[in-house]
Amino acid sequence: MSTFLGMPATPPRSPYGTGNLRGDRKFPKAAHDELRNEQLRRNLGKATRTIRTKRLGVTGELPDWEQLRDAGSAIKTDTMNRLPELLEQLEQKVTEHGGTVHWARDGAEANEIVARLVRATGSSDVIKVKSMATQEIGLNEHLESIGITPYETDLAELIVQLADDKPSHILVPAIHRNRDEIRQIFLDEIPGVDPDLDNVPAHLAAAARAYLREKFMTTKVAVSGANFGIAETGTLSVVESEGNGRMCLTLPDTLITVMGIEKVLPRYQDLEVFLQLLPRSSTGERMNPYTSMWTGVTPGDGPQDFHLVLLDNGRTAALADTIGREALNCIRCSACLNVCPVYERTGGHAYGSTYPGPIGAVLTPQLAGMDAAEDDPNSSLPYASSLCGACFDACPVKIDIPSMLVELRHQHTEQSGTTAEKLAMKAAAGVMKRPKLFAAAQKAAALGRIAGGRDGTISHLPAPLSGWSDSRDTPAPPKQTFRSWLASAEGAATMSAAAEEGARHTADDHEEDR
Amino acid sequence: MRIGLFATCLGDTLFPEAVKSTAVLLARLGHDVVFPPDQTCCGQMHVNTGYQREPVPLVRRFAEQFGDASIDAVVMPSGSCAGSVRHQHEIIAERYGDAALRAGVSTVKAKTYELSEFLVDVLGVSRVGAYFPHRVTYHPTCHSLRMLRVGDKPLKLLRAVEGIDLVELPEADSCCGFGGTFALKNAETSTAMLQDKMRNIAATDAAVCTAGDSSCLMHIGGGLSRIRSGTRTLHLAQILGSTRTAPYALTEAAR
Ligand code: SF4
Repeated sequence: MSTFLGMPATPPRSPYGTGNLRGDRKFPKAAHDELRNEQLRRNLGKATRTIRTKRLGVTGELPDWEQLRDAGSAIKTDTMNRLPELLEQLEQKVTEHGGTVHWARDGAEANEIVARLVRATGSSDVIKVKSMATQEIGLNEHLESIGITPYETDLAELIVQLADDKPSHILVPAIHRNRDEIRQIFLDEIPGVDPDLDNVPAHLAAAARAYLREKFMTTKVAVSGANFGIAETGTLSVVESEGNGRMCLTLPDTLITVMGIEKVLPRYQDLEVFLQLLPRSSTGERMNPYTSMWTGVTPGDGPQDFHLVLLDNGRTAALADTIGREALNCIRCSACLNVCPVYERTGGHAYGSTYPGPIGAVLTPQLAGMDAAEDDPNSSLPYASSLCGACFDACPVKIDIPSMLVELRHQHTEQSGTTAEKLAMKAAAGVMKRPKLFAAAQKAAALGRIAGGRDGTISHLPAPLSGWSDSRDTPAPPKQTFRSWLASAEGAATMSAAAEEGARHTADDHEEDR
Repeated sequence: MRIGLFATCLGDTLFPEAVKSTAVLLARLGHDVVFPPDQTCCGQMHVNTGYQREPVPLVRRFAEQFGDASIDAVVMPSGSCAGSVRHQHEIIAERYGDAALRAGVSTVKAKTYELSEFLVDVLGVSRVGAYFPHRVTYHPTCHSLRMLRVGDKPLKLLRAVEGIDLVELPEADSCCGFGGTFALKNAETSTAMLQDKMRNIAATDAAVCTAGDSSCLMHIGGGLSRIRSGTRTLHLAQILGSTRTAPYALTEAAR
């Protein structure tokens, strides 16, 4: 790839300390707590199962679904190959249509730009369209710290914000909450809410709607993310289900959109592919209810002041990685989360990042780095997978997440110094590359029979194997390995008897053929 | 056909019965089974744990042991090891190998098969003369399913077993939670996955849960043993290797 807009040779990662790309605990520790939350596990299991089935229904009914996936993957790969050029084109088109483009190297810079733009309007409130990019950079926290109040308008995002919680899912941020919990949050946090509010979904939605309507009518500034930015025309697009986003995008005077630079698409026509792939993969719907598109400023219609903040925050670092860059193809549909057996049990919080689940496990370490420092929580993310591959099968743009996980694990071990694990791996390879040593080690393993006791199972193992033996018995090694059986008289006799039978069969087959 | 048998390090050391059944089955079908004696391990554990330099000699040894032109096919009773040979050896050879290793790896890759794909795709048989009069459920392991795409080949083979009572496993294609060192590094999450798998196995009321990978079976079987479940695990090769003249007795020791 050509150098990106004067970037240094090693592109910067998202810095420590800003935003939400680094949890405070490693995955296994965080998962430990989440796994203990029975309610959470039930909510998650139910929600992911429902959405999985729904998705399979609507992807299965399209005869060209696989071709669509290929097309999506090809467009994204092409986009990444010429990202600098496309971004410049996007900037030019947005500017031509009366918008203003800002470039932000990282989250801190993006936060400052947005804060400056909001201040210039004189407003102390902003309404927000659900946006992963602004979650990633911690925009709400930054605005609050300087006296500007952000109001989330996506229903699930509102629930999370009112509860002072963090989103647990890309698409369904409040997936971990049930109706009763939501009712309680509304009673506690929405001023003037009906104290007799029950947990009927329509009533809950009505309470939120009354609260939000007032915000829509009175707030002059909105902040949004973008699902797509079209280089060819300078068009930005947000897709959503509730229409609250459209309110934000059309009612205020000023609209500020924060978009990760990987969200650009070359041509307007490319939307044809992605507007089919995205809703079917994410909500299991044939089409999302609201697709909003805007190109710069239209006099007399909608916001008259439009700003686009293009966010890097580690993306060029990911782009520089020949294997890892594929993560930038992600359209944030969350299909990989919904099929991931690890996510299904632990939920999103265990990942400590705005991006949970399989894609988060590869994207987060790339954007924010995995410090060689042993205790960087991000270094535990690539290991938070059994490599079952369900994510790869579900991904609408065919991102090979399992291979990327393996690659990031490799990068991590290459970066880290000598560890007990590395020594063990070296030692194991050392034994396995010498057949004589391997045979000797097998004999030693057979001594493990002693640990097996009378019933031939081992129920306690020392660390680091104790996590295994906490819930699983291990069979004591057998008396004889396969190779020693094969070399024994019994092995030889068994094999030659089988061969004789085989010869008879083959002769019979020929007989039948005739 | 001259078949190079790869026992896999785990199979050779801890689950020899599955490998024995594989060897006997292939010989019984009229094939010449050879066991290259200096074989050890495919290196999968290293790669999946994040180590790619360390297994280079293992990849080289594998290519040397099975590269011989007299070997028509390399067969192993493991979907994940076959997946490693087919999908990972190339990556390692590209990165840390020389031209000879790259060539060796691509030769061997082209003739490597997991047992069920070899039987169904290459030999074109689904009826292998097996007899197994028990209630059985099949768990498709992730690497067989998604790395090798074995599809319903193991089920085809099982359906053709005489006397078998084959019952479908609910949520069959969800991961059992093994994942190699995942079961150690994320033991609690792995256990949560295992519990759901065991619940689904219990719902089938099967005497045996079978699969094409000893590693996943070690994990599932270890869990079943811990909860004193009536169901036990058995490698697919052992069911296919059980015959009327030499039936597998379920009362035998686990291995
Ligand atoms: S990685 Fe693929 S499946 Fe996962 S959120 Fe991104 S586009 Fe969707």
